[in-house]
Amino acid sequence: MSELGMSELGMSELGMSEQTVVIRNVSPLGGERVDLVLADGKIAAITSPGAGENSGDKSVPGMGSIEIDGSALIALPGLVDLHTHLREPGREDAETVVTGSRAAALGGFTAVHAMANTNPVADTAGVVEQVWRLGREAGLVDVHPVGAVTVGLDGKHLAELGAMADSAARVRVFSDDGKCVHDPVVMRRALEYVKAFDGVIAQHAQEPSLTEDAQMNEGDVSGVLGLRGWPAVAEEAIIARDVLLAEHVSSRLHICHVSTAGSVEIIRWAKSRGIDVTAEVTPHHLLLTDESATTYDPVFKVNPPLRTKVDVDALREALADGTIDVVATDHAPHASQDKDCEWGSAAFGMLGLQTALSVVAEAMIETGLMDWAAVADRMSTAPARIGRVFDHGRPIAVGEPANLVLLDPGARTVIHPEGLASKSHNTPYAGLDLPVRVTHTFLRGQPTVLDSSLVDMSTATNPDLNPDLNRGIDD
Amino acid sequence: MTRHLLSAADLSHDDAVLVLDTAAELAAVADRPIKKLPTLRGRTVVNLFYEDSTRTRISFEAAAKRLSADVINFSAKGSSVSKGESLKDTALTLEAMGADAVVIRHNQSGAPHRLAHANWISGSVINAGDGTHEHPTQALLDAFTIRRHLCGGLGDLNGRSVVIVGDVLHSRVARSNVLLLHTLGAHVTLVAPPTLLPYGVETWPCAVSYDLDSSLGKTDVVMMLRVQRERMGASYFPTEREYSRRYGLDERRAAELPEHAIVMHPGPMNRGMEIAASVADGRRSVVVEQVANGVSVRMAVLYLLLGGNEPAIGAIDE
Repeated sequence: MSELGMSELGMSELGMSEQTVVIRNVSPLGGERVDLVLADGKIAAITSPGAGENSGDKSVPGMGSIEIDGSALIALPGLVDLHTHLREPGREDAETVVTGSRAAALGGFTAVHAMANTNPVADTAGVVEQVWRLGREAGLVDVHPVGAVTVGLDGKHLAELGAMADSAARVRVFSDDGKCVHDPVVMRRALEYVKAFDGVIAQHAQEPSLTEDAQMNEGDVSGVLGLRGWPAVAEEAIIARDVLLAEHVSSRLHICHVSTAGSVEIIRWAKSRGIDVTAEVTPHHLLLTDESATTYDPVFKVNPPLRTKVDVDALREALADGTIDVVATDHAPHASQDKDCEWGSAAFGMLGLQTALSVVAEAMIETGLMDWAAVADRMSTAPARIGRVFDHGRPIAVGEPANLVLLDPGARTVIHPEGLASKSHNTPYAGLDLPVRVTHTFLRGQPTVLDSSLVDMSTATNPDLNPDLNRGIDD
Repeated sequence: MTRHLLSAADLSHDDAVLVLDTAAELAAVADRPIKKLPTLRGRTVVNLFYEDSTRTRISFEAAAKRLSADVINFSAKGSSVSKGESLKDTALTLEAMGADAVVIRHNQSGAPHRLAHANWISGSVINAGDGTHEHPTQALLDAFTIRRHLCGGLGDLNGRSVVIVGDVLHSRVARSNVLLLHTLGAHVTLVAPPTLLPYGVETWPCAVSYDLDSSLGKTDVVMMLRVQRERMGASYFPTEREYSRRYGLDERRAAELPEHAIVMHPGPMNRGMEIAASVADGRRSVVVEQVANGVSVRMAVLYLLLGGNEPAIGAIDE
């Protein structure tokens, strides 16, 4: 059954008319300008600017080709998100694979990892294959399902990790995200078990009893606001335990959404010991602090909570020096009734896909902490490596898969919640004027975004897909 | 004055003194045969209570009625809220009914703030206690009571010392009192076991002590906080008896207080737990007077937020 489905989709993909794309005078990773030619899903040629124009090169525009003036643009490998909530199946009122894929493409992503805390939970081969197939049908980004570590995220019984790994979805990242695998024995077994298929456990580090009914970072602000505090140690204690477990069983460990300065110190120490640990930070933890909670506006309620300026500075430094390997969005759409309410009643989480690159530019590029090559590493190369997604995060070189994003580093973007492509509107950046605009995204040589507008890549299975969805961002 | 009263921090020194002065004027009304002023005639005040409350709700109701406002009482129990209606939808209903002010008591910190700022309603919002955040009118009535006893009923509380004892971590009364009493020039000391003090309390405008006995000798006021039943058994302290022994105000401790010092409690009291019955009923206790002052202070708040510019009492002869 699944093989039949695969081959059908494979056929439709092969059947798409392949366009040749020429990008003139673009700057790969912010470096020297070149002309890029994309053909047959690959980077076909890289020449010095203008060199191809009079050469009669066959890959240069003819019928069905696109030429792009890249003279104001930077090219990066297509972004890869290790941590996305697409909400389907179960909460299609908040997001679907299609709407989340649109947000991803417009944000410059060519691959996303869809978290497992759906309803039903992605803890079987059936559910992960469903999500994987929905992603293929949407056709805008490669959707790689994350498998749950434990059945129903119960933290007790290992899910059929091997079946998910062997499925058409080829799952390599496993996480109970939203919940911590807090039982040390279960965590140990999971770390060991996934070695058989080169998997990784992505831990949501949150000691549950220290964070019962916790609402925000425990600090000076929570004390004044009377909101139940979420101590940094609840995150750090689990990370400390898990790096030691990973060392003991020689396994690979990934830490989701690191949010505290103390966590950074522990990870830095673990890496110095040679422990095979990687870590991610979200864009919002690089930019926002717990001071936002003084508004009691639940758009700032997120798990892990926004921390202090000291933490933000430590996270930025750690991302710059590589202690934190990747930026992951933790894109978490929520229906309006779950956010337009009292703080304590609201759901945790915020949108992230479509704003990630701008927020990272604000936090890391504008501050001079990183260059575009480093951004490419943290948002594409490293996440693809951790997720074992081999055709993404590749160098911009001839013969490599043409998964690319073009961005205008000189443009600015004002965020309008209602205009974002996501089905939900819970962005914490409403009204902010942020640097950078994503202008083009290419998935295997085919544009998914042209001139900051979505291109309909859907198959006939998504007749509702509306390409007129790019009003989210003003420049 | 601000349009809403959500936190004691919303009140400047002059605002706070104005509320106390206005309350003092309005208190005189309570001594008249007809305890009613036409000041808020035609205005609608909604008491929106998501938590059980006796004294605060009745106090606000009496205050609004003495100012001739139309009062609508809305309690969560037996209402659309118990059917799962959201705060937003309840607020939109109140707005449609033309509420000029909403007095809200809610079990969630920040709910009044949301009500005031989420564009659900246009009227004034008065926080009557939100979760473990604040209870600003309680602080105002406490300040009013302290001023009456220790400052001749005039001005601010400059230089007076106030010891607040008990579960500061979960106390909205303590948070509002620290802010307001500091604004009014008093010196506040919080006394509690370390488990019942919030993270970051050292950044608050007050002193902190773990020892009650050493805090009593020179204070003008000691305010005891209620220890909630649900804290017992949650490892905040070993036993009720140990808590009472270390942090309860018994007769021996009350005797250590200076002659002029007063004993306060926001109620409801756990007699025998944080306060001995004999102290609660003793000569220093102003607990019952606090309740009476609550009506005057809430009249003043409603008047100042809603009443416009006419003098509160000036309307009497109308």
